[in-house]
Amino acid sequence: MSQPHLYALSGVALVAIGLLGILAHRHLVRRIIGLNVTGSGVFLVLVALAARSTPADPVPHALVLTGLVVGVSATALGLALAVRLQRETGGPEVPEDGEGGGR
Amino acid sequence: MTGAPLVAWSILVPLAGAVAALVAGPRGGRWAGLLTAPLALAAHLGLAAQVRAGGPVRHLVGGWGAPLGIDLLADGLSALMLLMTGVVGLLVTIYAFAYFEDHGDGRGDVAARGDAVRRRLLFWPLWLFLWAALAALFLTRDVFNVYVTLELVGLSAVALVALADEPAALSAAARYLVLALLGSLAYLLGVGLAYAGHATLDADGLRAALRPGLLTAAVAALVGAGLCVKAAIFPLHGWLPPAHGGAPSPVSAVLSALVVKASFYLLLRWWGEILPGDGLAASSALLGTMGALAILWGSIQALRQERLKQVIAYSTVAQLGYLFLWFPLSRHLGAATALQGAALFALAHALAKAGLFLAAGSVLHALHRDDLDALRGLGTRQPLTAATLALGTVSILALPPSGGFAAKWLLLSAALQAGAWWWVAVMLAGGLLAAGYSFRVLERIISPAPDESPAPAPAAMALPAFALAVAALALGMAPWLPLELLAAAPPLAGLGRGAP
Repeated sequence: MSQPHLYALSGVALVAIGLLGILAHRHLVRRIIGLNVTGSGVFLVLVALAARSTPADPVPHALVLTGLVVGVSATALGLALAVRLQRETGGPEVPEDGEGGGR
Repeated sequence: MTGAPLVAWSILVPLAGAVAALVAGPRGGRWAGLLTAPLALAAHLGLAAQVRAGGPVRHLVGGWGAPLGIDLLADGLSALMLLMTGVVGLLVTIYAFAYFEDHGDGRGDVAARGDAVRRRLLFWPLWLFLWAALAALFLTRDVFNVYVTLELVGLSAVALVALADEPAALSAAARYLVLALLGSLAYLLGVGLAYAGHATLDADGLRAALRPGLLTAAVAALVGAGLCVKAAIFPLHGWLPPAHGGAPSPVSAVLSALVVKASFYLLLRWWGEILPGDGLAASSALLGTMGALAILWGSIQALRQERLKQVIAYSTVAQLGYLFLWFPLSRHLGAATALQGAALFALAHALAKAGLFLAAGSVLHALHRDDLDALRGLGTRQPLTAATLALGTVSILALPPSGGFAAKWLLLSAALQAGAWWWVAVMLAGGLLAAGYSFRVLERIISPAPDESPAPAPAAMALPAFALAVAALALGMAPWLPLELLAAAPPLAGLGRGAP
């Protein structure tokens, strides 16, 4: 197995771990960490795909850089929300889907 | 290509307005909004006139051109979506101008006043920013640029939901954030795979390069799943009702009318234009089935809600389902009719639903509650708001002569042309269920008033909501206006490649 393949498979594994983190936890901060792990996995896949040619294709690198910026902003927004949730409800848990309840 | 900058102005005007609103602060922000909205609508109108007269307008950002640069393209469909954004945007802006000024939630304490100032400070930059992001999303031809605009739309929408101070709205915003980010990561991975296979991010380049196969299937699955989460189609709709129902009412209107349409618009571009038509039969049928289930499930849930804004939010879940019937219908004889129907449906729903949410906001403003029983006597206490709810409902119910009727008529005839009686049955059942949840609301509005009569919402709020409902109705009397725009620069040139 070549090096890019190894990186791509690691990326897929990271995506899976991150998804598990998002699905298994209701704590908002944990979910945000899960999203960041998933994001890192996606970025690793993109970088690995770019490394298949020599020299490496720079376009996926540009995509990953943009993705990182988006990820930082989204994480900041998520953490700010977690702080507000903690203040208003006393806990940063995201309640389960309450389908149909006349809230 | 004369006057191509109008394409750029359509994005730049709201963006500049957002910056101006942020600089102007809590006092001046609303004036920046009130000034920006007509200018942005004028840019959208000018662009639509240009498209109608001379066909599609393409603008190469920075003069680079694809594949290196980013192309902006205004065809009939994107011009129509921009007009929808502009009209809804202007009227919501006028409403919000009054709404955020004296919205105290009935609490007079210092904390409530602080919240009101914070909302005034943040609403205007976020809303104008969202407007700019939507305009960019409707115009861009670069599938990675689409990812960026999707994130801009998603993040500003989440922040707008979080402006409501109830804990329920905050957790709804948190769930919305997590799902929206997950959706865009899936989309990004799909775009990355497409680039890895074909070395282009331009929609037209990908359309020429993508062939049916494993890679294309993976791209379609990732892009489709990501956009379906954001479009809140059944069974991925769980985040929508709490977020749309819990947000401040002008925000609810914008989210339900415009933001969910953006994801559908992108799905339509991918399925109709970018992905090769030969391999899409199964996925189109799946998307159509999800749409049909959304119509039924969303309507049934709307019947069970006890609060007005939750009824309207579940109605959005159901109405989105009709749009998704476009996917299977686009693969048969009536494809052109189906596209007209879907475009008109998006337009009619945006106008009617924005009017309904704004009217619900007027009810909340006067009564500080929106459970259905609080609506008793609304017809005498707030006649204009009651009329808005009634007229908006007429379009949602697709009664003639509303815009909703014209749109549903087109979708029904497309289904009949395709010989697909099951979609016809779903649409008719959806109409009956919609009548059920609508009459629960209307019955209370016309029932006798209780003794107390709180002050109604100011006319500056009631009138824009009423104008939206009237526009939804008027759309049905002149449906050829948007359809001519669509025909002047037909989108989805590759549509029907896989049709029999």
